[in-house]
Amino acid sequence: MWFYEKKLQYPVRVDTTNPTLAAMIIEQFGGADGELSAGVRYLTQRWTMPTNQGKAILTDIGTEELAHWEMIGTLVWKLVKDATVDQIKGTPFEAHYVNHGKSPFPHSAAGEAWTASYIGSKDDPIADLHEDMAAEEKARATYEWLIRVSDDPGVTDTLRFLREREIVHFQRFGEVLMIVQDEINKKKCY
Amino acid sequence: MDRAQMDLLLEIMEVSFVIDETSLYLDTHPNDEKALRLHNNASQRYFELKNMYQARYGPLTNRDMSRYPWAYIDGPWPWEINFTNF
Repeated sequence: MWFYEKKLQYPVRVDTTNPTLAAMIIEQFGGADGELSAGVRYLTQRWTMPTNQGKAILTDIGTEELAHWEMIGTLVWKLVKDATVDQIKGTPFEAHYVNHGKSPFPHSAAGEAWTASYIGSKDDPIADLHEDMAAEEKARATYEWLIRVSDDPGVTDTLRFLREREIVHFQRFGEVLMIVQDEINKKKCY
Repeated sequence: MDRAQMDLLLEIMEVSFVIDETSLYLDTHPNDEKALRLHNNASQRYFELKNMYQARYGPLTNRDMSRYPWAYIDGPWPWEINFTNF
């Protein structure tokens, strides 16, 4: 089971109201390689993961991804909470605003709603762990594009933190893959 | 949220992040005794700071004890905190 702790994983800072940047950052809230996909993917794969190291990593990284999802939602919220309608009109956030107001919503920057088809769970640890490693690299790449378009030092600081977490998670999934492969090789009798 | 409360919360967030890192590392390196020592030290510090914070400012989770009235609901909630002044 899960408990909520009333804190963010990292202090999310936004320096200036910026609806356009909010509309881009929402990619990591509800896009294919975003934090919601990551969390649901890892937590879903736990039941068929064979080794204890793998079960622990999927549980702990999956949980951390939900904390990242909360940080992304906070970035989006802080970027738009003080925006006037005039500041929103004519920006890419306007299409989001006419449906959801200022609430974050799990869709991509291009407006496609989040779907479970963004994730895989194959009851095959080799397939799942390769997907997880690819997902971490894709999320890292997305953070790099977002850092390029961000002109807000506070937002960039948070994006850099999240980018680094993708690298650590990739490393941990790689270690689990090696552990699982060793285990599979041990079971082969000749 | 005043300065003292934010400083203590930031300290909890920092120690908590150390635990995020040590626990992920230990998941795949359960026999690394040095890393485990780091983890246990951070864990101890986390509970000390959390107890200190909660005695002053109310529960961080709904499992913790509260003075009357139930202070878990008190703001600011995490996404409402203005971290720009630290």
